[in-house]
Amino acid sequence: MDDTYKQDKATPQLSESTRLLLIITKAWSWVFLALILVFFEVWSQIEVGRSFLWSTYNLQSLGVAAVQILMLALGLTLVIVASHIDLSIGFITGLAAVMAAVLIRLLDPFTNDLYLIALDMTLGAAAEPLKTMFLGDLLGVTVGQSVSVVIAIAGAAAIAMVPGLINGWMVSKLKVPSFIGTLGMYGIARGVALLIAGGATVSIQNDVARDWGNGTHFEVPYIVVFAILCAVAFHYLLSSTRFGVYTYAIGGNYQAAVRAGVRVDRHLIILFMLSALTAGFGGIIYTMRFSAGAAQAGEPILLYAVAAVFIGGASLTGGKGTVVGTVIGALIIAVIQFGLVFINVAPYWQFVAVGGVIIIAVLIDQSRSTIDRLRSTS
Amino acid sequence: MTEPILSARGVSKRFGGVQALKDVSFDLYPGEVLALAGDNGAGKSTLIKAISGVHHPEEGSITFDGRDLSGLLPGAVRDLGIETIYQDLALADNLDVGLNLFLGREIVRHLLGFLPVLDRTKMRTESAAILQNLGIRVPDPTLPVGNLSGGQRQAIAISRAIYWNARLLIMDEPTAALGVPEQRLVRDLIIRLRERQVAIIYISHNLNDIFAVSDRILVLERGRKAGERKASETDDNEVVKLMMGSA
Ligand SMILES: Nc1ncnc2c1ncn2[C@@H]1O[C@H](COP(=O)(O)OP(=O)(O)OP(=O)(O)O)[C@@H](O)[C@H]1O
Ligand SMILES: [Mg+2]
Repeated sequence: MDDTYKQDKATPQLSESTRLLLIITKAWSWVFLALILVFFEVWSQIEVGRSFLWSTYNLQSLGVAAVQILMLALGLTLVIVASHIDLSIGFITGLAAVMAAVLIRLLDPFTNDLYLIALDMTLGAAAEPLKTMFLGDLLGVTVGQSVSVVIAIAGAAAIAMVPGLINGWMVSKLKVPSFIGTLGMYGIARGVALLIAGGATVSIQNDVARDWGNGTHFEVPYIVVFAILCAVAFHYLLSSTRFGVYTYAIGGNYQAAVRAGVRVDRHLIILFMLSALTAGFGGIIYTMRFSAGAAQAGEPILLYAVAAVFIGGASLTGGKGTVVGTVIGALIIAVIQFGLVFINVAPYWQFVAVGGVIIIAVLIDQSRSTIDRLRSTS
Repeated sequence: MTEPILSARGVSKRFGGVQALKDVSFDLYPGEVLALAGDNGAGKSTLIKAISGVHHPEEGSITFDGRDLSGLLPGAVRDLGIETIYQDLALADNLDVGLNLFLGREIVRHLLGFLPVLDRTKMRTESAAILQNLGIRVPDPTLPVGNLSGGQRQAIAISRAIYWNARLLIMDEPTAALGVPEQRLVRDLIIRLRERQVAIIYISHNLNDIFAVSDRILVLERGRKAGERKASETDDNEVVKLMMGSA
């Protein structure tokens, strides 16, 4: 081959200012998170005379707020990378919350007796004295309640995935735009959740559920540990597997994915089911935290979850976004949410602040595309 | 002569009211370059998409190496050794060169012996090697391909087909968006591949190109096969007449 074929002898040179801008657009969410943390820390030191961050209670509250956002945002990240949107997750969260509560209520009377039945079967008549012993009784109730909680989690998660399956099927096979299709599912899931709950909150009295939802290990809430595990799994899936590459490829160029042999329909269905699954987990966590399931459990979080994904670097045109970015986005919103309460600002300001951050995120995404163009033409 | 590697028989395809292909039959032999000519909308792209599994014709059959292709999905067709370069390139602009070259066939290594993870480094070095081998320079292989020039993107699409050892290479207007040196590069590539007994279907609107590389020319006119000629036994005038449906 001779040299006439060689192109672009030199890599494009960027001016100093473009390079600086590039770094800012890439890292702004980290910087922003650091800035608001500094702001609340300074405010707290001056006004209250103690630390904002150096407080177990504050950190736990921040973590829990971030968990509720992140559970909706994790699955949504994959959907948005594939250049779709899932608006139904807010009420899939509600549906799962109600289902978990209803299932626990249904199962508790049966599982409470499990221990007694098991004693009878193994020990026969010798079991009688054990049944009345306080310790045995306590243990029995715990075992029974754990059984209902585990079954309820599995059941509610499975039911949450049904609307996800339908979303994926509408979007892939029927070619319904995801914005419209999932908006329809938003209404359906909401109605069904309210119907099942009878229009009210469904309360439960299950100590195991309450403990899992509120307990801590070395001061770290269980649900935070669970959310971290989910985030690691999704990060692995999106960044290091074929499934992840195909998600980016579908978002970047749907036809390219089809022609490369990616089974795009099946892929989209799985994406929407994953989105519904993490939203469902969010609902189950809600029920365990408050010992009650409500159809509205995810309603205010939908906006926050969408915001977290976009703050994390995703783009409406698809093909972009990372799980790490989404985690940062969720943390930013949790800090704003909790911080504003902490400094006694009327809670409605949260919506204003989060809305503002979303717009900043979109503006930064826009300037990033401009810079990319500069990079390739300069 | 040897057996044809690809045979199409009576292929028809409609899109709603448009009869994009009507009863098209042809054969293609290993090491042969078949040019598809025809006006805009004549059905050239539709014909090659019927081969590559993107479209499924209502009538007729296509066999490759004795295997019936009907009902196969694009991935399965590629696995048989048919690579296609599309008119509207099939690159994912948000992915880098390596991932595009390996899209659908990623290299995976196992972390700690069991956890599958993408081997991005290997895909990058492999693709850098093949690009260099073809004399194509890309400024930064870690950049999303959306940032590359039209010629560079075309080159990546072609090297993808070559890397996977296609036995049939289909190219839909591969030179349309290219500058003169890149056009020469593509032409050289076609000739080199033909020497390696790769069968090639080549779509172009440029009759000079067609006569420069092809052995046979198949002309489509509004979905019908208007004629088929050996390149050595015809000329511009006849081909243009066939394209206009007036021969
Ligand atoms: N997916 C589709 N849906 C509907 N109609 C289509 C589709 N693809 C092609 N057609 C129609 O089929 C006919 C043949 O199109 P095709 O793309 O095969 O033409 P072509 O010969 O490749 O033209 P060009 O030289 O402009 O690329 C045209 O009338 C086109 O409008
Ligand atoms: Mg065409």
